[in-house]
Amino acid sequence: MRNPSRHLLIPMDPYTLAKGAERVKNALEKALALSKLTDRVRVVETGTIGHHEHGVLLIIYPDGVVYGDLTPDDVPQIVQEHLQGGRVVERLVVRDIKIPPFHPQVYRAEKQVRLVLRNVGLIDPENIEDYIANEGYEAAARALTSMTPQQVLETVKESGIQGRGGAGFPTGVKWSFAAREKAPQKYIVCNADEGEPGTFKDRLILEGDPHSVLEGMLLAGYAVGATKGYVYVRGEYRMSIARMRKAIDQARSKGLLGDNILGSGFSFDMEVREGAGAYICGEETALLESMEGKRGEPRNKPPFPPQAGLWGMPTVVNNVETLANIPLIVKNGAAWYRSFGTPTCPGTKVFTLVGNVVLPGLIEVPMGITLREVIFDIGRGIPKGRNFLFAQTGGTTGGILAAGELDVPMAYDTLRQVGSGLGSGALLVVDDSNCVVDLVQNFVEFFNHESCGKCTLCREGTGRLLELLNRLTSGQAEARDIDLIRRLAVNMKRAAFCGLGQAAPTPILGALDRFEEIFREHAEAHYCRSGVCPMNAQKAA
Amino acid sequence: MATVIVDGIQVEVPDNATILEAAKLAKKEIPTLCYHPDLPAIGACRICVVEVEGEPLLKTACNTNVRDGMRIRTISPAIREARQTALELILSRHPQKCNECVRNGTCELQALASRIHVGEISFPYRQRPGSPDVSSGAVGRDPSKCVLCRRCVQVCEVIQSVGAIAVQGRGYDAWIDTPFSRALSEVGCVYCGQCVDRCPVGALFEVSHVERVWRALQDPEIHVVVQTAPAVRAAIGEEFGLPPGTLVTGQMVAALRRLGFDKVFDTDFTADLTIMEEGHELIGRLRDGGVLPMLTSCSPGWINFIEHFYPDLLPHLSSCKSPQQMFGALAKTYYAQKAGIDPSKIFVVSVMPCTAKKAEAARPEMKDSGYQDVDAVLTTREAARMMKEAGIDLSKLEPEDYDLPLGVSTGAGVIFGVTGGVMEAALRTVYEVVTGKKLEKIDILPVRGMEGIREAEIELDGLRVRAAVAHGLANARKLMDKIVSGQADYHFIEIMACPGGCLSGGGQPYPTTPEIRQKRAQALYEADRLLPLRKSHENPVIQELYREFLGKPNSHKAHELLHTHYTPKPVYG
Repeated sequence: MRNPSRHLLIPMDPYTLAKGAERVKNALEKALALSKLTDRVRVVETGTIGHHEHGVLLIIYPDGVVYGDLTPDDVPQIVQEHLQGGRVVERLVVRDIKIPPFHPQVYRAEKQVRLVLRNVGLIDPENIEDYIANEGYEAAARALTSMTPQQVLETVKESGIQGRGGAGFPTGVKWSFAAREKAPQKYIVCNADEGEPGTFKDRLILEGDPHSVLEGMLLAGYAVGATKGYVYVRGEYRMSIARMRKAIDQARSKGLLGDNILGSGFSFDMEVREGAGAYICGEETALLESMEGKRGEPRNKPPFPPQAGLWGMPTVVNNVETLANIPLIVKNGAAWYRSFGTPTCPGTKVFTLVGNVVLPGLIEVPMGITLREVIFDIGRGIPKGRNFLFAQTGGTTGGILAAGELDVPMAYDTLRQVGSGLGSGALLVVDDSNCVVDLVQNFVEFFNHESCGKCTLCREGTGRLLELLNRLTSGQAEARDIDLIRRLAVNMKRAAFCGLGQAAPTPILGALDRFEEIFREHAEAHYCRSGVCPMNAQKAA
Repeated sequence: MATVIVDGIQVEVPDNATILEAAKLAKKEIPTLCYHPDLPAIGACRICVVEVEGEPLLKTACNTNVRDGMRIRTISPAIREARQTALELILSRHPQKCNECVRNGTCELQALASRIHVGEISFPYRQRPGSPDVSSGAVGRDPSKCVLCRRCVQVCEVIQSVGAIAVQGRGYDAWIDTPFSRALSEVGCVYCGQCVDRCPVGALFEVSHVERVWRALQDPEIHVVVQTAPAVRAAIGEEFGLPPGTLVTGQMVAALRRLGFDKVFDTDFTADLTIMEEGHELIGRLRDGGVLPMLTSCSPGWINFIEHFYPDLLPHLSSCKSPQQMFGALAKTYYAQKAGIDPSKIFVVSVMPCTAKKAEAARPEMKDSGYQDVDAVLTTREAARMMKEAGIDLSKLEPEDYDLPLGVSTGAGVIFGVTGGVMEAALRTVYEVVTGKKLEKIDILPVRGMEGIREAEIELDGLRVRAAVAHGLANARKLMDKIVSGQADYHFIEIMACPGGCLSGGGQPYPTTPEIRQKRAQALYEADRLLPLRKSHENPVIQELYREFLGKPNSHKAHELLHTHYTPKPVYG
């Protein structure tokens, strides 16, 4: 098939597969064969388009029509009426999902800017040709053939990109630490052990465009002098693992991985490693311990991984989203990248917008956008006429923002000033039908479950915080419990061993600072104004 | 060198110094709990937090290195609150049954709580998971008392390369346990007790023989003899407030006599005997093309280790029993005959620096006298506890002499207690036996010291005997791997399970540190230097023993009573 007249995109991700995407696709191929259209259209299995509330989707290019909630029975009608007859099947059209133009340079729609997600949902992630056709591996080719490692490193440094895993450390600076180490072996590790509740952006990037991450790692390897890369993927992410493995095989067969890539003399190869379910292994040094076959627990720092990481060798650990940005930065230059976002925080950020919004899903926005724009423009506001109570930016360890903070620009520096951060990229919107104490109890339950147990403050602190919050939500608390919660949280933040223990208090303190009266009602009057907390029930410790 | 300022006091420290070390130079003792000078600092307990200017978060002093110009505060409201909170959280998971605990008075948590007062504990007590286990008969565990400092896990893994215990579970429900919660006797534990020695609380302890010794002492029908291992005399004084390295041989003898032992004998005597047997075994192996290198066999932790982890190398082990077991076998035969006492009425007690000795004495093959050769084994700590209970302050007693005949020994016997000592003692004798010449330089310095593995060569009538010494089982493992891979061209290797040798065995007074080990070693070498006889074969009672009873070294009778065999054992089983 040389020039198909139409592309039919079917997002294939765990969610749509559960809704029957595979059966719809089979029905489609059967109907196309019956109608003798097989040679004239191309069916592309893509990653997610970012929204899940419309079930199985079929996107028809270049028509720009999105069909949703499809069953196999709907397919013959689409083939006959739309593909053959040229009439859109109105009853199946989804109107609140706007799709980007085909082969976008940069896709901008509804305040979104899709750099990282440039290909996600639009190309077949299991086909390297699709990635290459969309300018994939151009950056790698240019870097390896006409740039020095130092130039690649400088470009990334100048771009100002900060690590998208949560801490926001400047990526170029991290790379330069590893680049200047002299060692027989260096490593690039992609941290895809995404574990924050409500966060699934890395999964969708890996499922939708694994080659962008692979190319980012290749460029990182070239810049710092590493010849081996590992993608450490959360074990439950079966599709991410499968697609990443396939991408590696394809890249290797094209000579984009292996020895002497593109005749440049640079060699780089990659492997996928599967995590085994511990949240703490998303912490970069615990991840390295886990890769070495040890119990996943954080290491003392310094030395930092760029000095002594995997098996004691200089190691760059970067998040999936960070790496997916790299090919664009290298291809288009630092100045181009800095045209997005804010001067102190360039680029875009991928979020999973979840909770009480009309249109949740995967979004990518320029840094500096306000929470109000995200919730009320992109997310279309709060459903069922409820009121906004608070938002949590950055996953379970993220801070709490109340209604008065809706206009704070979303960037690392500005959010830090209000005690929050971008964290893992989850953006939870909570309306006033919820109880803040109940939600904080829920967060702490998670931390308590995921604390590795190495340091006193996190191990015992999370356990005691959970006991105290259980007292609050079950009507057994005393007034002094609020002070105990605050004391534990403050001291964990100041003195816990690693990021988990230091960040776990963030939502607790954020909520206490903004909603202390609600906490006091629970502690002193045994009253939950939202009616969520079962104040007379015995909650298990 | 780096210049750092600790609470306003400027100190010069090496670049790789930690804040803890810098503070010490500034005469500030930062409180610690999980930190131990022998082990990698892991910063788990969060007690040693300090403020570093320019750092937003508190830093742990134990594992944060200094920077030039660093300004450190070791006490502030934030530091106090963090320490108190961490300590309160630890105490809230600790049973606080201090009066029932064997560590009452030596507990580091108790000391910490007395230094950092937390007041009323705000959280209800919650017991940690895990079940007590005393099945090994040597090392006992009570996980409910554990503070999760992980010293035990680290010493087992890093210093001993055994890995019998590790952190299990996660977070609030984490605890230290064996693989699959098996009994300690089923996971390759060698009972060295180094974990016991590092444990800050009573979560690890020796399985006590105190009561059975009291019973024997108070039974008029029973003739109770006690033997004291070489290393005990260099350490037991610490239990009575004497500085480490105080040699209290005669006072210890006096104290034991006052406890009611009928005879106070010396394991150093059978250490001399071990040299005779083992030295001649080595000469035999060298002459007859026996299995080489020959490995020493007096450290029971080491025996357990090789049986579990290198069973194929068992033919390398000397067949000699340890001095403790040689003593037991002779006490109920030679001594019984000589003293005219029915051996069934003799009760042999050992005072040992060691927990593994308890398991060694209980081995089924250790009854060549016709009875269990050794009836009870007290650690140095247990012996001191009995003395204290009886109101005996060893430090205030006049020195007394050991009883005859099993109390006579040479300097070669006493240095058994320090790493390299068995090697040095053996070479002193082997040299003179083989060459017929007098050894002029008795101090064989290359085998001394605290290097993990040391090597020496000695010329014996044209044969250059190559010797190696290792202490700490991780070092032993390195040598065993060399033997396995055929890279070891030694003739004779001394292995001690514990770092420094018996002087820092798992039964010695708390605490152990590199400095304390150094001082105890100096005391043992001093004891050697002061003795008139310093070679085992010159011990007149040993000579008499061979004349009267055993015949000659490695005789049939000697083999019956003084030699043993070893059994390959699975790590898990």
